[in-house]
Amino acid sequence: MTTIDPTTRDLWQVIAATDEVPVGMVETTVLLDVRLALTRDTSGNPVVWRRTNEEQDDEIDPETVLDRLPVITGYGYVWTSLGNPPRELFPIPEYAEADRKNMSCGSIGLAVSAPRAVENFLDMGHFPYVHTDILGAEPHTEVKEYDVEVSEERDEVLATRCKFIQPRAAKSATEAMEVEYVYRVPHPFCSVLYKSCPEDESRRDVIAIFLQPMTEERCRAHLLQSMIDSESTITDLRRFQQTIFGQDKPILENQYPKRLPLDPRAETPIRADKSAIAYRRWLSQKGITYGVIPMAS
Amino acid sequence: MTLSLSDPTWYPIASSEDLPFRHVYQGQLLGRELAVWRADDGNVNVWENRCLHRGVRLSIGINEGGELKCQYHGWRYANRSAGCTYIPAHPADAPARRIQNRTYPVREAYGLIWSAANDQQAFRPFAGAEGHDWFALRPVPVNAAPEDVLAALGGLAPDDQPADLLPGLAVRFGGIYYFVQPVDAGRAVIRGLLREQPVDAVATLRHYNELLSKLRDRLERSAARKPAPEPLQPAYDKVSADLATMPDIAIPKGNTITVMVKRKWVSADGVIGFELAGRDGHLPTFQPGAHIDLHLPNGMTRQYSITNGPGELMSYIIGVKQESASKGGSKVLVETVREGDLLSISEPRNNFPLRRDAIRTVLIAGGIGITPLLSMARFLDKSALPYELHYFTRAGETVAFRSELEALHGKVIFHTGLPRAEIGTAIATALGQWSMAQHVYVCGPGPMLETVRDTAAAQGWPDESIHFEYFKNDKIIDNSSAFDVELARSAMTLHVPSGKSIMEVMREAGLTVPSSCEQGACGTCLTTVIEGEVDHQDVYLNDSEKRANSCMMTCVSRAKSARLVLDI
Ligand code: FES
Repeated sequence: MTTIDPTTRDLWQVIAATDEVPVGMVETTVLLDVRLALTRDTSGNPVVWRRTNEEQDDEIDPETVLDRLPVITGYGYVWTSLGNPPRELFPIPEYAEADRKNMSCGSIGLAVSAPRAVENFLDMGHFPYVHTDILGAEPHTEVKEYDVEVSEERDEVLATRCKFIQPRAAKSATEAMEVEYVYRVPHPFCSVLYKSCPEDESRRDVIAIFLQPMTEERCRAHLLQSMIDSESTITDLRRFQQTIFGQDKPILENQYPKRLPLDPRAETPIRADKSAIAYRRWLSQKGITYGVIPMAS
Repeated sequence: MTLSLSDPTWYPIASSEDLPFRHVYQGQLLGRELAVWRADDGNVNVWENRCLHRGVRLSIGINEGGELKCQYHGWRYANRSAGCTYIPAHPADAPARRIQNRTYPVREAYGLIWSAANDQQAFRPFAGAEGHDWFALRPVPVNAAPEDVLAALGGLAPDDQPADLLPGLAVRFGGIYYFVQPVDAGRAVIRGLLREQPVDAVATLRHYNELLSKLRDRLERSAARKPAPEPLQPAYDKVSADLATMPDIAIPKGNTITVMVKRKWVSADGVIGFELAGRDGHLPTFQPGAHIDLHLPNGMTRQYSITNGPGELMSYIIGVKQESASKGGSKVLVETVREGDLLSISEPRNNFPLRRDAIRTVLIAGGIGITPLLSMARFLDKSALPYELHYFTRAGETVAFRSELEALHGKVIFHTGLPRAEIGTAIATALGQWSMAQHVYVCGPGPMLETVRDTAAAQGWPDESIHFEYFKNDKIIDNSSAFDVELARSAMTLHVPSGKSIMEVMREAGLTVPSSCEQGACGTCLTTVIEGEVDHQDVYLNDSEKRANSCMMTCVSRAKSARLVLDI
């Protein structure tokens, strides 16, 4: 029987793209082994509750739902919590900038734990092999030295000065360029990536991944893009991110064990894994046990 | 009977037919997943099905014939030893540490591949195995407890010919043998063997398929009515503590290995080939460009490059130049060492790492300098990466390892007896103008090295793209400093005056200090530094090793600080 650690229980967890939740109709999902139902009321506000006998696509009057879970919306998604969540969601200030194209890029089911998927998102070493000719290509396999810190004040993992040569870093990129990345992990199951923007040198595109831990070995990845791109259509931009994700999926699903081992001696780290090591340690210190294999004490 | 994770019995885990070249098969035994693959030399590997880096299944990896490449980050593991040979994220120096995947024992016999959970038992043929031309049936997986499957197979025997139970979940009657492969507590695979090749193979396979499918349906129906047995929980070994932490460098400790001279032959005029074989099983993994220290009967140590290709670990082949002028070294090897003699060698060490992510690789060899480059060419060749090998020999000298070179598919160009001036032009043409991700590797006599370096630089090649290895330190050693050394384990403090090396001072104080080249090239006198700042002057350590300040050569290194504390 899976138990949910208190840290995980009190977090805000993503469950759906706000726009995709129908008004007055039931949508079902699973979060932390708990079956949930959700819908939106007539003013568009999401309503989430523990599912009993509701079925997908049942019609429902949201007013009749009394036992509601906490709800917040942010970055295009609906978030809920099984415990006592903080007042606010972690910040992504860029999302509010007027000239950005903000879009959700779909939700993809993955047969692997949420922390494994976060680690994959943080990892530049796989670009040339898994995202060949898009995010990386041989001969550029080298992961140069970068900086990682765990910011106590913001309670997040931060990797900076990450550089990688990419044949086609974004939809709007036409030739290979060295891209500079900053990665933030502001939530145990979410990560935000800033990368140099091909269109405007002074600013950065933002791509975020929010993982919905369904079970300890299954999750859904919800993607957000906040781009400065005047040319591409939303469909193109979405398709691009979905291609990337489709490439990660089979690799992730062949990771074994599916939960992320936190014992530093479970797998062999190399210098390029600095951010992954910091992430694993941070999860361990926070007492997260869901979706991970905790260190034997 | 309950299944045990540590059951040492040999079970069949695949049919020989499941292992075509350049393919990786996913096997299963006692709750474990296995990556099973055949290398080009025919050797079958049975490994834990996890990349040591991030746990990705190796059964989705790429079998390159001598190495297996993980699909996630491109780590490569060698045939036989399962040792990691390359980490693309740090192509220049990785892997500095010895990383080895877990392997399981393996035997190919009677059309099947056999393995066991551990090495405790030697493989023994089943009773009556010898002397037949075995025919393997199609495997039939069954979702039922292995012991139940065995019992049901026994029930197939005709009444007048009761089944014979054999050790290791096997049963026999008439000319047919059934082996039950215990996949997990509730899963098994039936593998049948017929004693003779049938007249009509297709009809026979179909007949047994039908028979066993019916049996499977029956078994699965009754298994569904029983409570499902607890699956076996294999434990994964932890990586060693020094692999889990991330030191900047790790210098392999000087373990020595005893090898036998299996073959000694004249490879070319003045070049003697030696094949050094391990005494039991394979030798350690090596990287292309790596060398071994060979301990000679006269007490000297000499470095020789390994010429082998990827995954060839049953023996190392080296080439030794017979120099009439040499006093000792190679002369002893050439004149007194014979086939059958035992020698002691170090583990392979690599000062000359080959990047395997280049768009174009140029290899330039002069004379005996062909040895590390032959190995590099073989690795590039197996991975189908573009390269050219230019091999310069003097007039009168003959080409060593010619047949090995001719077996390669890349471009191998022999330049024989060129006059000095033309060598320069040939090198310039071979190199061409530099463009991104091109690399040149050169090994040969000093002047040739210099020519390549200068020519390359003049044609726009950046330093990072020019690779060479020193077996000699040509730098002028600055021994003007004076300082103290504290020998921690010997509880001794010595003063090193200018003009004398640490090694000399230690010897004067009565200590025995191992050495070979005494010019900071061979690594024999490598010593751990506990405190103080080292003034490295050797060509053995690479830059990051030097920066780490954790070890040094006592023959040429000195101190920048007033005091050095050494672990001696
Ligand atoms: S998981 Fe295999 S190379 Fe990283």
